[in-house]
Amino acid sequence: MMHHNDTICALSTPQGSGAIGVIRISGPEAINMVHFLFEGRNLEIQKGQSLHFGKFVDDNEIIDEVLVSLFKAPNSYTGEDIVEISCHGSSYILTRVLNALINRGARLAKPGEFTMRAFSNGKMDLAQAEAVADLIASESKAAHHLALNQMRGGFSEKINQLREELIHFTSLIELELDFSEEDVEFADRDDLKALVNHLIEVINGLIDSFSTGNALKNGIPVAIIGQPNVGKSTLLNALLNEDKAIVSEIAGTTRDSIEDEVKIGGVSFRFIDTAGIRETEDIVENIGIKRTYQMLDKATVILYLVDIVEDSATMISESVLAIQKRIEASDKTLILLANKIDKLQVSEHVIPKALNDKIPEGIKTIFLSTGQKQNIQGLEAALKALAEEKLKGANEVLVSNARHYEALKKAGEALQRVADGLEQNITGDFLAMDIRQSLFYLGEITGTIEIDRDILGSIFSKFCIGK
Amino acid sequence: MLKEYDVIVVGGGHAGCEAAAAAANTGSSVLLVTMNMSTIAQMSCNPAMGGVAKGQIVREIDAMGGYSGIVSDRTAIQFRMLNLSKGPAMWSPRVQSDRWLFAQEWRLMLEKTPNVDFWQDTVVGILEEKGIVKGVKTSLGLDIKGSSVVLTNGTFLNGLIHVGQKNFGGGRAAERNSTGITEQLIDLGFDHGRMKTGTPPRVDARSLDYSKMEEQKGDINPSKFSFTDTKPLAKQLSCHITYTNDTVHDILRSGLDRSPMFSGMIEGTGPRYCPSIEEKIDRFSEKERHQIFVEPEGWNTVEVYVNGFSTSLPMDVQFNAIKRIAGFENVKLFRPGYAIEYDYFPPTQLKHTLETKLIENLYFAGQINGTTGYEEAGGQGLMAGLNASLKVKGKSPLILRRDEAYIGVLIDDLITKGTKEPYRMFTSRAEYRILLRQDNADIRLTPLSHAIGFASDERLKLVEHKRNETNKIIKHLSTSSITPEEANPYLEKLNTSAIKQKVKISTIISRPQVSLNSFIENDKNQKFGLSNFSNECLEQAEIKIKYSGYIDRERETAKKLTRLEGIKLNPDFDYSKMNSISSEAREKLSKIKPESIGQASRISGVSPSDISVLLIHFGR
Repeated sequence: MMHHNDTICALSTPQGSGAIGVIRISGPEAINMVHFLFEGRNLEIQKGQSLHFGKFVDDNEIIDEVLVSLFKAPNSYTGEDIVEISCHGSSYILTRVLNALINRGARLAKPGEFTMRAFSNGKMDLAQAEAVADLIASESKAAHHLALNQMRGGFSEKINQLREELIHFTSLIELELDFSEEDVEFADRDDLKALVNHLIEVINGLIDSFSTGNALKNGIPVAIIGQPNVGKSTLLNALLNEDKAIVSEIAGTTRDSIEDEVKIGGVSFRFIDTAGIRETEDIVENIGIKRTYQMLDKATVILYLVDIVEDSATMISESVLAIQKRIEASDKTLILLANKIDKLQVSEHVIPKALNDKIPEGIKTIFLSTGQKQNIQGLEAALKALAEEKLKGANEVLVSNARHYEALKKAGEALQRVADGLEQNITGDFLAMDIRQSLFYLGEITGTIEIDRDILGSIFSKFCIGK
Repeated sequence: MLKEYDVIVVGGGHAGCEAAAAAANTGSSVLLVTMNMSTIAQMSCNPAMGGVAKGQIVREIDAMGGYSGIVSDRTAIQFRMLNLSKGPAMWSPRVQSDRWLFAQEWRLMLEKTPNVDFWQDTVVGILEEKGIVKGVKTSLGLDIKGSSVVLTNGTFLNGLIHVGQKNFGGGRAAERNSTGITEQLIDLGFDHGRMKTGTPPRVDARSLDYSKMEEQKGDINPSKFSFTDTKPLAKQLSCHITYTNDTVHDILRSGLDRSPMFSGMIEGTGPRYCPSIEEKIDRFSEKERHQIFVEPEGWNTVEVYVNGFSTSLPMDVQFNAIKRIAGFENVKLFRPGYAIEYDYFPPTQLKHTLETKLIENLYFAGQINGTTGYEEAGGQGLMAGLNASLKVKGKSPLILRRDEAYIGVLIDDLITKGTKEPYRMFTSRAEYRILLRQDNADIRLTPLSHAIGFASDERLKLVEHKRNETNKIIKHLSTSSITPEEANPYLEKLNTSAIKQKVKISTIISRPQVSLNSFIENDKNQKFGLSNFSNECLEQAEIKIKYSGYIDRERETAKKLTRLEGIKLNPDFDYSKMNSISSEAREKLSKIKPESIGQASRISGVSPSDISVLLIHFGR
């Protein structure tokens, strides 16, 4: 199975000094190499999945006291023999250890090479391997959860399950074609229709999960809209200042503007077009309707900031209705932020009530002061609750990879043509053309492309063929 | 004693006969060596040719210039076009044959073929020098020289016959097996394996009560296989259908402890789609009855073939069980059913020409490649004989693509994916089956075959005629109009919506409810002038009009994918150094040595991402 005849090593913890640093070695010589550099138990005769304390010695010099984890092929991450050396995290020690290994014949691993070996040794499929890349890159709890789920095979399992159902469906169609002379019962058209509709539903479910999956992976897009000088930039700064883990100013490759990212409750929120907010705060003409609409289209969460001292309740409720109408058909969430509560006179405290009466039900209104940082936490709590609601779905399987999304979409379209064909009573040989297409696209996700053998296998296992 | 031949064909079954004919008809001197000249072209199993996917292959063999279609037409006792309720790609011709006449007709056709010599003897090995085949060695002690050798050994290589606990060497009932070839090929470095197949008992028709069975008649308007002028059947014989029952199953079950299948005596892999009756009752125990087809073996003989009752159980069990089948109460057995194990060589060791990768000018065809079926064997035999002959003549080979022929699918599957059980063709194996129809086999293949000097000028003329006539009909239908007054009474009869204004006839014909035949029948005054055309051309035109959407789409897909076929790979490329593809892919690519990216993509274990890497690596 294994054909990598060289042994690779790399620092598996981040560069720089930390409490500990872990160096991973994978390949046929991994155990033997460390054995020569290790003072302690004879590593060559130890069982796999075991832990050993000892000294790391190079050139008769004790470099560090280390803990060595042994994993034997094929029961390891890469499917090869793996040794992981946990040392103290000084750059000097880590460099010495790596140099000692390289002197014994190890090669410094290329980025992703451990995962590539795992993939090529059959420890994971394509979708899982891609998830590892996502997992390493994941910055937030939700993205981490998603990637972990995909890497553990949740997504692949779901796709394989889908594929199996599709193969079953195909075999029912093919049965009529290749085995029309056999004494077997053919599925009736209503059963086939029910089956294909079920499959379309499953695929559409996965496709729909893409927006959520993508949001969790890349951050939930948030738009802050409102009149000039209402305090949008102040609100943004307030949110950014509240959070220590700012990933500010990420220039995304496909994003056309600079965006700020804030983590609340372990979920990333991506503030859209913040450059626009910052630069144009006091230039009235620059914020036109068009720009606002563009932001609405890109966002999942819309924060509509109003000045409850200056703006009338009627004017506010009218704009809320206009925005709501615009986002009606989508699953976007609108939150009304009633700003400048600190400026309200005691006598004016009736205003919030007046406003509440006019705002349609289902729109959450938060009263705050961006300037005085009053009730910013109320907004954060609302955002967190929103994210949790989305996360609930993440326990299911979510599609977060654009390649998978495309493939699923094409598979779904092909199946829709099958469903249409069944309605029009088209014969199986023509239906099969589109079924094949959808199987082909699913195969693009997991890398399983062989179809006919699976179809025939399914037929032979379920039906007594043999005249 | 014997002269030196261009092509020596070892074996006189369906593969060997087509190989000999194809090589001889492309100008090579051919020697057919067979153990017994009286058993040339035996139908060792059921007396039938064609069927779903197989019928298409026979049509293709005929279109290429092979003999199977002609022999089948001349010796048929019943014709049926299967799957007529499906689309035209599924229509599949099948005949019941007179077993004796079939073998006799084949032998006479070969005798009439210039350049074919015969020699009755057993080949015990090949002559080989420096990786090139030089001829064959026989059991009579001859060394026969030949530029190329086609091995079509069928079930004879170390054949072992099982009936119950008894087993004995043999290549077919009452015939010796052949030893020596396997052992030599293993020494030369070939991988080999073992397969198994089986056959049912033959019984005396006079002992059967047909009144207890259902009759299955041939088609009212029988068609035929060959595109040449063979005649459709004027009279036909019927088959009969009966069923097994619980009693039959109980008796069979009582003998399972003496079954060579279940006791582990048989090691070879049998086909899942053609299981013995004991495997059927074991694997599908919930099924209360199994269908049995009672098939006559010829016009005059009383011997009948009990299709569906293939078995290797002890004879007493076979007898006791079969006589409990309705209509078989007083059955007289002629021959018991048996299983046979034989050697095969995993076909991934072959090139697309069916030449072995190890030994130059050595070709394999038929069951030696792990296939089953007369049609599959014939198709391979034809291609092996043809390519052996072309190579001797210094010409480039003819390789049929997957979108050109079932024969192309068959060979590409075999050499690319190999097979773990006897390989039979199914339409689902062909990704472009909408294109690979029985009706257009001649249009697809005859010009290709003619271009390399195989299919005759007459065959090509027939194809050109068919094509021209078809185009005339299509042009006529798509330019002549029909008025509502003319069309609507007819459309009403067919329960399809009326037309409101004048339309082109082709728009009516493209409706699923309308058939061109009924349209012509309805046109009693011959106003639309179609009655002069032949049925074959009318059918061709109708298919093109009705299914053009699907056909065009399939052709587009095929075109896209053949782009990958066009990106050639060097078969000797060293994949072991390519670290960026999976180790499984590396291993498979090194073994199969694909000739194109397209072929590589069909190897199981080579994933789409491996293909992307190959494309990048080879600069595409």
